[in-house]
Amino acid sequence: MKEMICICCPMGCHLQVDASDLSNIKVTGNTCPRGEKYAKDEMVCPKRMVTSVVRVNGGTINMTSVKTSESIEKKLIFDALDTLKGITLDAPVHEGDVAVKNVCGSGVDFVVTKNVPKK
Amino acid sequence: MIEKNLIIIGGGPAGLAAAKAAYDEGERDILILEREQNLGGILNQCIHNGFGLHTFKEELTGPEYAGRYVKEVVARGIEYKLGATVINVTKDKVITCVSEAEGLAKYKAKAIILACGCRERPRGGINIAGSRCAGIFSAGTAQKLVNIDGYMVGKEVVILGSGDIGLIMARRMTFEGAKVKAVVELMPYSSGLNRNIVQCLNDFDIPLKFSHTVVDINGEGRVSSVVIAQVDEKLNPIMSTAEEIKCDTLLLSVGLLPENELSKMAGVELSPITGGGIVDDDMMTGVEGIFQCGNILHVHDLVDFVSEESDLAGRRAVAYIRNGKISKDYVDVSATGGVRYVVPQKISRQTDCATLKLKMRVANVFRNKRLVVEADGEEIFSKKRPVVAPGEMETISLNATHLDKIKKASKVVVSLKEA
Ligand SMILES: Cc1cc2nc3c(=O)[nH]c(=O)nc-3n(C[C@H](O)[C@H](O)[C@H](O)COP(=O)(O)OP(=O)(O)OC[C@H]3O[C@@H](n4cnc5c(N)ncnc54)[C@H](O)[C@@H]3O)c2cc1C
Ligand code: SF4
Repeated sequence: MKEMICICCPMGCHLQVDASDLSNIKVTGNTCPRGEKYAKDEMVCPKRMVTSVVRVNGGTINMTSVKTSESIEKKLIFDALDTLKGITLDAPVHEGDVAVKNVCGSGVDFVVTKNVPKK
Repeated sequence: MIEKNLIIIGGGPAGLAAAKAAYDEGERDILILEREQNLGGILNQCIHNGFGLHTFKEELTGPEYAGRYVKEVVARGIEYKLGATVINVTKDKVITCVSEAEGLAKYKAKAIILACGCRERPRGGINIAGSRCAGIFSAGTAQKLVNIDGYMVGKEVVILGSGDIGLIMARRMTFEGAKVKAVVELMPYSSGLNRNIVQCLNDFDIPLKFSHTVVDINGEGRVSSVVIAQVDEKLNPIMSTAEEIKCDTLLLSVGLLPENELSKMAGVELSPITGGGIVDDDMMTGVEGIFQCGNILHVHDLVDFVSEESDLAGRRAVAYIRNGKISKDYVDVSATGGVRYVVPQKISRQTDCATLKLKMRVANVFRNKRLVVEADGEEIFSKKRPVVAPGEMETISLNATHLDKIKKASKVVVSLKEA
């Protein structure tokens, strides 16, 4: 039995995971189905949402924020962050704009999460 | 003097949700006054995800969550002024505001909602010896510098305080290429959310040192190291455990204080425990027609709860504008036995609400307890809590039956009892 904390939402439910049989992982303590999915994924292939910032040229502020459109494999986090270094977006940028396509071949994009109007 | 029905001070998540709710309740004469150049408040710098699962049933980043509410407010055509700092509020609900566009302006409102948020406790508010060199930031200031201004604050970092902002910044600094050497926590537990400990520290093997504090800061010009030491039960440092950590940056995440300067000017009675106003079940303070919601009232860890509470404040402010004050006498709600505070602190016997949420924080980490509400000694509500922690706000939802009993009682007490 492994104890873990669901990180899918701020409720932070305490999960008990029985992974003695990897093809039939049993999860208790979750408040919603996402908790069960999280525990199973965490046992098999841990994934994380990655958020960071990207420089904006000619905007009202210097940086916009970005997130991965879906969670990516945990071991890819730092390679993914590297793709954001050295890129600059031109203002205006809009929520939902793609900043980097297909990050590290994961099929997941970095998308903008904050509107930055032109200065 | 410009007259308005409802003026909301602060355009963060609290102010925006209150404005939206007031509009939807039928009020059209609303004005939001916001000091910054953008609506959205502190969420603009909270670029990580995890917001909104309760409100929107999906997981958003801070700017996206704020963006949703900004859109709702703009779509309704609710008036707002940016770069408009309120410098005075009187108990007669006269507001003095300064802005570049209009200079000094005076407003008179029928109702005011104070939604000014909170600010960080500065270094002066804690007491660390050592040199006053560069490289010491509050965690929120560092968050703004990195996430909005694009200015990296340091390379080797120690963070004092394991509240959410400290934890989030540990990961943020790591993502920006810094080495976070340790997060140092005075208490034997973290006041941050569990998920942040998992996601921001454990994922990157950042050590979390419980029952430790920073006892000295070294450096000339710039921080070169800090000295940390374990503390005893009375939180006094044990100097024989002192250990030097080389670093160029110290981030302080040592708590938030509700921003109540304006409340004080208006004569709002404040709670010594929350630092926010004392409010009734309508979120009205002791000053008639002045309401509070969000972090100005008590520090929230989840913005979803800020929105919910502010929605109530917005609706009840409109009811007040229409009908005046209905509540005449109150039942006091107090906290004891491991519960540090309860909001609201009083419930009107005339309340027409069918449900009411009590929000509270506990004083320590407890296991296998029950949260109990007693009306004149009679247990009217109980809920099992396998684990409670000071960092996670607890909520009790009362229904009409509970409220009927409360209205007849002379006092209501919330506490933790053995399960
Ligand atoms: C540094 C920091 C980081 C945080 N990080 C997180 C996080 O990661 N996750 C989370 O869930 N919560 C976080 N919080 C808590 C967060 O503040 C709340 O969830 C939420 O933003 C509170 O909303 P609010 O509207 O009450 O306050 P705020 O968002 O602070 O908004 C208050 C607004 O009022 C304005 N204002 C204040 N005084 C005046 C005045 N005199 N005149 C005009 N306008 C005024 C301010 O400019 C601001 O825009 C953080 C808080 C801080 C301080
Ligand atoms: S189980 Fe559901 S409610 Fe609990 S933390 Fe996970 S996502 Fe949130």
